[in-house]
Amino acid sequence: MADGDANSNGHGRQGGDDAAEAFRRLTERPAELLRFATAGSVDDGKSTLIGRLLYDSKQVLVDQVEHVRQASERMGHEELDLSLLTDGLRAEREQGITIDVAYRYFATPQRRFIIADTPGHEQYTRNMVTGASTADLAIVLIDARKGVVAQSKRHAFISSLLGIPHVVVCVNKMDLVEYDESVFNDIVEEFDAFAARLEMPEVTFIPISALKGDNVVERSERMPWYQGPPLLYHLEHVHIASDRNLIDARFPVQWVIRPPANVAGDYRAYAGQLAGGVLRPGDDVVVLPGGQHSTVAAIDTYEGEDLHEVDEAFPPMSVALRLKDDIDVSRGSMIVRTQNQPTVASGFECLVCWMSENPLSPQRRYLVKHTTRMVKAGAIEVRYRLDVETLRRDATVTTLELNDLARVHLQLAQPVIFDSYRRNRVTGSLIVIDEATNETVAAGVVLDTEVEGGEEAPSERSPNVRWQGTRVTREERRAALGHEGATVWFTGLPGAGKSTVAAAVEERLIQHRRPAFLLDGDNLRHGLNGDLGFDERARRENVRRTGHVAKLIADSGTIALVSLVSPYAADRDAVAAQHAADELKFIEIFVDAPLELCEERDPKGLYAKARAGELEGMTGVGAPYERPSEPDLVLGSSSETVEQEVERVMDLLAARGLL
Amino acid sequence: MPTATYHLPHLRTLEAEAVQVMREVAAEFERPVLLFSGGKDSIVLLRLAEKAFRPGPFPFPVMHVDTGHNFPEAIEYRDRRVREIGERLIVASVQESIDKGRVVEETGPRASRNALQTVTLLDAIREHGFDAAFGGARRDEERARAKERVLSFRDEFGQWDPQNQRPELWALYNGRLRRGEHARVFPISNWTELDVWQYIAEERLEVPSIYFAHEREVFRRDGMLLAVSPYIEMMDGEEPFTAMVRYRTVGDMSCTGAVESTAATLEAVVTEIAATEVTERGQTRADDKVTEAAMEDRKRQGYF
Ligand SMILES: Nc1nc2c(ncn2[C@@H]2O[C@H](COP(=O)(O)OP(=O)(O)O)[C@@H](O)[C@H]2O)c(=O)[nH]1
Repeated sequence: MADGDANSNGHGRQGGDDAAEAFRRLTERPAELLRFATAGSVDDGKSTLIGRLLYDSKQVLVDQVEHVRQASERMGHEELDLSLLTDGLRAEREQGITIDVAYRYFATPQRRFIIADTPGHEQYTRNMVTGASTADLAIVLIDARKGVVAQSKRHAFISSLLGIPHVVVCVNKMDLVEYDESVFNDIVEEFDAFAARLEMPEVTFIPISALKGDNVVERSERMPWYQGPPLLYHLEHVHIASDRNLIDARFPVQWVIRPPANVAGDYRAYAGQLAGGVLRPGDDVVVLPGGQHSTVAAIDTYEGEDLHEVDEAFPPMSVALRLKDDIDVSRGSMIVRTQNQPTVASGFECLVCWMSENPLSPQRRYLVKHTTRMVKAGAIEVRYRLDVETLRRDATVTTLELNDLARVHLQLAQPVIFDSYRRNRVTGSLIVIDEATNETVAAGVVLDTEVEGGEEAPSERSPNVRWQGTRVTREERRAALGHEGATVWFTGLPGAGKSTVAAAVEERLIQHRRPAFLLDGDNLRHGLNGDLGFDERARRENVRRTGHVAKLIADSGTIALVSLVSPYAADRDAVAAQHAADELKFIEIFVDAPLELCEERDPKGLYAKARAGELEGMTGVGAPYERPSEPDLVLGSSSETVEQEVERVMDLLAARGLL
Repeated sequence: MPTATYHLPHLRTLEAEAVQVMREVAAEFERPVLLFSGGKDSIVLLRLAEKAFRPGPFPFPVMHVDTGHNFPEAIEYRDRRVREIGERLIVASVQESIDKGRVVEETGPRASRNALQTVTLLDAIREHGFDAAFGGARRDEERARAKERVLSFRDEFGQWDPQNQRPELWALYNGRLRRGEHARVFPISNWTELDVWQYIAEERLEVPSIYFAHEREVFRRDGMLLAVSPYIEMMDGEEPFTAMVRYRTVGDMSCTGAVESTAATLEAVVTEIAATEVTERGQTRADDKVTEAAMEDRKRQGYF
């Protein structure tokens, strides 16, 4: 219809150019979609908060407000009871509780939001898991008067299990604690202490009052001590683009498009949704599980009234791939790049949430749906059940009941094609279906057993890999080079001066024509350890890997200088023990600068951030540092210059026969 | 190398997810059917089916539950559109259900055939052996729908049990059925009314003319504008008048309200929706006003 139609009828208000202009404004900047899950115990104010978000961001329409006003009056409330906006089914109205996951929608010019509103009832771990499975972000609500309760821990834990990249802790009902900063800080500290034991990539704390509107949409005047943004601003701006895996190309085939010859010749394409990575025409691919090789000929979408070839496909696009070769591809196949392949196996370790009233039973038959494959399950062997609040493991259980979380070994009748959930939320997730009732009884995520092995000793994780001996012995190498290697390990708080001293030592050694190489913790995190966060487990892994690399360098005849916070004594001792086992020298240097001094220096601004609550689990502030009990050398007293410290290190190396 | 430029706008994300749902259901169910009323939501569904299966044919027929009280513009559009895309149309008729004595026509000025559709739909599902029916319902339409699943299971009487729906995790749908059960599938669950219109505009889809502002003889009832038609009796005190109106849904003429509007182009409609003050259902479905939990009751009975 032409614009002129509207104007010519004499009602120009909505027609013509104005409308076209408004439309352009609406659509010119395509909004990003952010999905978030909300969780809190009953009465923490979750419904009120969601109602507030919708109401203050002007998403609530006249008839809805009218409805709420009437209902509020009926119930004798003075203020508008915004929680009624998100009220849903009759059963819950009658019981006065939310009984399920409900989805809500709102938008701002910045973003489109989908809220998965999950109830806070104890027994509904199941629903929280459901709501969290697709979330980019989780809001955990805490009542300021009650502090961190069992439910808060449960929610934090589930968020971390389900790999939600961003967590926002809203400390609600600040109006009932006089907007007191210390109440907020105590909760932050307590939550942090718990979160440090989990894998939580990013936690943000915001003090709010959902009822009064403080720090929900508008910044609160009543909490000048809070420097961060209000909740809505955070939701609009949190960076989510890099949460997707754009590295590992994964294309599970859903459907084969093969029209009758009279319609489209010999067209044949494989339809599906990109689960990871980027695919382009010309890419060499392999079709799993069969393993046939081919090349992507074209990537089709359907635009207008016709097929349209695109230059590339990335998640979450739904497309159809054509291949150069005529090979056998069907639903359940996965097309991946030849150079980067997932695991194909029928047995693996999983973390599952049991979602059914009927407990796990060896008498029942189960099916597993993973990507586009439906496979019969063999044994589901429970390794241990996890207590969501204490994180304790109970290895005595053999069955699972509603809302249990457990690690299991899953054995399937046929292989599936997967990555660990940590690497890819699509190819690492699955559901378990009871074959007799068709009920979805469990949700599972595939564990990265390389790292999350838990109780197994690291060396046992790859039992079939043998050490490949070289023909050059250490003695021959030493004789040829004229010296031996060693590891010099600098540990201490961030900002203690480890890197400065280590770098100066490196320089001195090289001047002495002594091969030396500095392994700096920060640098390693750009590459080798780039996949690790800062929770306890990731830190330990960081130390383990760095220790291994240092040992290899030492073994090559070079002095490895390691500058790493390495906060846990047990991990440093493990590295020392490995060196000892291989008869390599290991020297531990403790750079013992007082916390006040480190904080004053703060070369990377980390302490400032940590004190502002923007950085969780910072060693020395939110996470512990265990002092070495018997270091080979202690540095860091404020009376010495860097030069003097370097001298003392050089003296020690000489005394140990390394110069 | 991959950077943040790999960014899919929200509408295309919703589209990709809906296409994924359609392909899953086509692959896992034996006899799906796509419900098509000629309304904007089902127009989007039809386009999504093209996105999912072209250049192949749809792996299912298209079906309309015709109350016999539809807007003629919508019926004309329905027939033309289905012919254009070359797919098979099944029409299940409420009039036939009445003639066969399966249902009894309501009488009086508030009579509507909306409730009767349920029986016609279930009869058609049984007759054709359909095990999955794609519908265009959205969760933002009404509060009771907020908890509806993408795959919603109905027993042989078409009943929905809100306490006993399967959890839906990730995009892993469990489409296994017991004998007698069928599933309603809502690929655009996560779309809002504005998303639908924006998509129609971006895809340049044609919609029935009643969605655009036009002059029509109407009367006011319960704060809504209803079209003067042979299918509805006016009550005392209700006066017909001519107004510039458009429709936000195309349903049964006896209970679908018009809104005063001058939005005569797609762009103008999108702009109007973006600025609108009243939700779609509150404004235009007379039968929803009858009881507060009307939608929920209907769902339990097997209506969408
Ligand atoms: N004083 C105060 N009360 C609140 C606040 N947020 C929620 N409430 C009240 O706490 C009660 C429970 O809120 P509701 O949103 O229904 O909690 P839900 O069970 O988590 O959804 C209601 O009486 C709310 O009015 C707040 O920030 N301050």
